[in-house]
Amino acid sequence: MDQAKIKELKKISYDIKLGAIEAVYSANSGHPGGSLSISDILAYLYFNEMNVDPKDPDCVDRDRFVLSKGHCAPALYSVLSLKGFFPREDLKTFRQADSYLQGHPDMKHTPGVDMTSGSLGLGISAACGMALAAKYCGKTYRVWAVMGDGELGEGQCWEAALFAAHYKLDNLCAFVDDNGLQIDGPTKEVMNTESIADKFRAFNWNVVEIDGHDMEAIEAAVELAKVTKGKPTMVVAHTIKGKGVSYMENSCGWHGKAPNAEEYAQAVAELEAAKAELDK
Amino acid sequence: MADIKKIATREAYGEALAELGAKYDNFVVLDADLAAATKTGTFKKKFPERHFDCGIQEGNMMLVAAGIATTGLLVPFASTFAMFAAGRAYEQIRNGIGYPHLNVKIGATHAGISVGEDGATHQCNEDIGTMRTIPGMTIISPADAVETKAAVEAALLYNGPVYIRLGRLAVPVFNDPDNYKFELGKGIVLADGSDAAIFATGIMVNAAMKARESLLAEGIDAAVINIHTIKPIDEELIVKYAEKTGAIVTAEEHQIIGGLGSAVCEVLAENHPTPVKRIGIKDKFGKSGKVPALLEEYGLTPADIAAGVKAAIAAKNK
Repeated sequence: MDQAKIKELKKISYDIKLGAIEAVYSANSGHPGGSLSISDILAYLYFNEMNVDPKDPDCVDRDRFVLSKGHCAPALYSVLSLKGFFPREDLKTFRQADSYLQGHPDMKHTPGVDMTSGSLGLGISAACGMALAAKYCGKTYRVWAVMGDGELGEGQCWEAALFAAHYKLDNLCAFVDDNGLQIDGPTKEVMNTESIADKFRAFNWNVVEIDGHDMEAIEAAVELAKVTKGKPTMVVAHTIKGKGVSYMENSCGWHGKAPNAEEYAQAVAELEAAKAELDK
Repeated sequence: MADIKKIATREAYGEALAELGAKYDNFVVLDADLAAATKTGTFKKKFPERHFDCGIQEGNMMLVAAGIATTGLLVPFASTFAMFAAGRAYEQIRNGIGYPHLNVKIGATHAGISVGEDGATHQCNEDIGTMRTIPGMTIISPADAVETKAAVEAALLYNGPVYIRLGRLAVPVFNDPDNYKFELGKGIVLADGSDAAIFATGIMVNAAMKARESLLAEGIDAAVINIHTIKPIDEELIVKYAEKTGAIVTAEEHQIIGGLGSAVCEVLAENHPTPVKRIGIKDKFGKSGKVPALLEEYGLTPADIAAGVKAAIAAKNK
């Protein structure tokens, strides 16, 4: 990946962040912290990897994406709007009673959402089902999923981890957005899920640890997942919760809280400035 | 009648899957380490490549089924005991299958107290109740092997989530395989009657027919209606028989809270208030024991239904 491509994807990542923050601000509700920590991963997957077509969102051969940490819907909606699945301005309707942009992803009403999610631990199992169906039907699509490090407290994640390895779902690649924070505090203090990498290795996954904000590292992990045979891939992505908005970074308090007008203006200013900086 | 064949509905479920497997290539079967008990093993023998054991992880299995269904490529049947489907995996079914209205079929065996010796932890008397609260969920509770086979095919051909309630116990096969017709959501009048109407489901349908016979000897003419589809329930038929008889009895191998009795009462309370007696498990857990003794202890015999009919008629005549 050349520098121009990295810059392009980084700009998209900032646009994802801007849309996500706008959605949360408009709703005065939602989850900005985790939405900001996964934006680089989403930018890479949707703009440099996945075979999806907004004109044919239900195409049976498309790649699938499951946001197992469904509360980060603002980031997902933002990337889907950038991709052209629905108008960007609809992000402002997020969480409103007359909107198709539910608080957590709803596959029935939102173009581009491949699986309803939000109840933690369920999405990764659904991703396993999609991958299993591809294997059975001889389809070559791949399934991508993003989980949270806090989410790994759910026992069902480990059921899915057993299942994916048992059925050798090498067409499945999951990221853990390892931002180290959950609602009640640092993951290490609330319920320690470390070492995530060692655990998934023990569950017989192909495991890679990366800086989840480094496009080249994301690319390397994705390429590794694609050539790995016989095992699902787990990308443990070390990230910063709230990445890109100074006052939200590494703060539990911004897990599920909307910025006020002043805070919103500051977030937009910081993100726009950082995006502009890329062209300097 | 003496040597009427007895087959468990779970047995018929396994056979139905195996037979349908040859007719339709668009479905797969998941199980959670209970293939020998749920009888999906019968399908597995014939179609090993279409059967996926998930091990003992019912929550994951429900979402794997959901994920398969999202692709539109295949219809999954997910099987385990009713307790671990409608009980343990309730939230997975609610959020992962019901909410997105995915085309998943849940084959739940070992429903009710007729599980017998395994006792309360494995006797699910609450599954109709939990499944009924999920918007858009279809619930089928077949009464015998013939009905089960027809219901499984109907579930496969229907696009949406279906919960199929099946039993462990071998029960009389009273439907005629050559003439039986299953229509989703439509109750079947097995015997007409004018004094009272018994709405029964599952293994209680046959018990209701026996109750009718004993009542006839006493000059009481009770209709017997098989409610194989508990949701959507046949409101029209329920109201029709309430109008016609004025005395209603429900019979189910399930808690009277949340099950068929509740469903019938809901219909009647809003459309045609009528005295109702509910025969079922009265807010209790089950226990280990031989099935006939349990059915007697928990008030699920033909005699209990007959007593219910008399009580309903007495309430009507008050």
